[in-house]
Amino acid sequence: MKLSVASGKGGTGKSMVAANLACTLAMTGPVTLVDCDVEEPNLHLFFPAPAITRDVTVPVPVVDEPACDHCGKCGKFCQYGAITVLRDRILFFPELCHSCGGCTLVCPKNAIHEEPKRIGTLSTSAPQPGLKLITGTLDTGSPHAVSVIREAKKEAEHDPVVIYDTAPGTSCSVVETLVGCDACILVTESTPFGLHDLRLAVDVAARLSVPAGVVINRSDGKDQATLRFCTDHDLEIMMTVPFDREIAAIQSTGNLLCRKRPEWQKDFIALYVKCCTLAGVEQ
Amino acid sequence: MKICITAQGATPDARVEERFGRAPYFILMDSETGTFEAIANPFADGAGGVGPKAAQVVIDRQAAALISGLLGGNAKAVLDAAGIAQYTFSSGGSVKDALEQFKQNALKRVA
Repeated sequence: MKLSVASGKGGTGKSMVAANLACTLAMTGPVTLVDCDVEEPNLHLFFPAPAITRDVTVPVPVVDEPACDHCGKCGKFCQYGAITVLRDRILFFPELCHSCGGCTLVCPKNAIHEEPKRIGTLSTSAPQPGLKLITGTLDTGSPHAVSVIREAKKEAEHDPVVIYDTAPGTSCSVVETLVGCDACILVTESTPFGLHDLRLAVDVAARLSVPAGVVINRSDGKDQATLRFCTDHDLEIMMTVPFDREIAAIQSTGNLLCRKRPEWQKDFIALYVKCCTLAGVEQ
Repeated sequence: MKICITAQGATPDARVEERFGRAPYFILMDSETGTFEAIANPFADGAGGVGPKAAQVVIDRQAAALISGLLGGNAKAVLDAAGIAQYTFSSGGSVKDALEQFKQNALKRVA
């Protein structure tokens, strides 16, 4: 079961849902929680534990200048403007390179080879029995979030139950995380902004053919617009978490609802069961 | 000497486009003969990396100088490496106006 937690709008409670779901499920079986919000990973705050960290790299071209006759084929091929060939030298812009490897293939002199360039890290820890946490972290200034997400997902690809916490928004980072998932939880809040971005997120999940259901977080009981939207789009409201000062206090001190208020465990288990039904996956 | 000027249209009467990489046209003005050539910028609607690619167009046409508004760091690096001087024109006139000011040494060279 590969399950992603997305939202559209930031700050709706993706990480809260992902962390509590993973923590609850890990009490009965192995779970892997993957933080795919690589520009601002935060799940490790709920699960402090020693981690093993390794670099994530992407291949970038290196030109063997003496072998290069400046024919310009690599520069013409590069769709991203990462290589410019002048009469007497080559200019390379690593931040524009998408690591497609095309320049090495089109070079008639075999003057280009690839070398790894670090763009971020991947940390793996075991914060509680049954739970594996994988955190992708993009280096500051690197534009290649998708490559770090891809590595983080690959690290968990053979695990039986995987929960991916996505970045906010509906950009490439979210698309990369959602691709190939069996189901997606969309966390929203009953505000106009929450609903606006929920619409976008629903559209993304539909285009990727990932079945989606909705969690309403911080509900003040005035959820009519969101409920109407979900009815119209055949989306199940799988869980509603009330607007509650105590829940906020638990969350803001790095604690988990399912630990501090164990009666919530059954709600998170019920959420998982609904996700399995949504995905057509046996538990 | 050929001067490349970024433009919104295909003639010297068109307004100067202040963006370099996404300029709709590059007008190559010959400062001696007064003749011109208009090149539609193939990267005007490109997804990314348009600066260096547009700079390559300017280099390929053997322009000695470029007049535009805003120039990104990557495009500037390419033009610098190719020895093409860059000048800023942001007073909102036509390609002709820009060339006239260039001839009078009234344009600021990008450092």
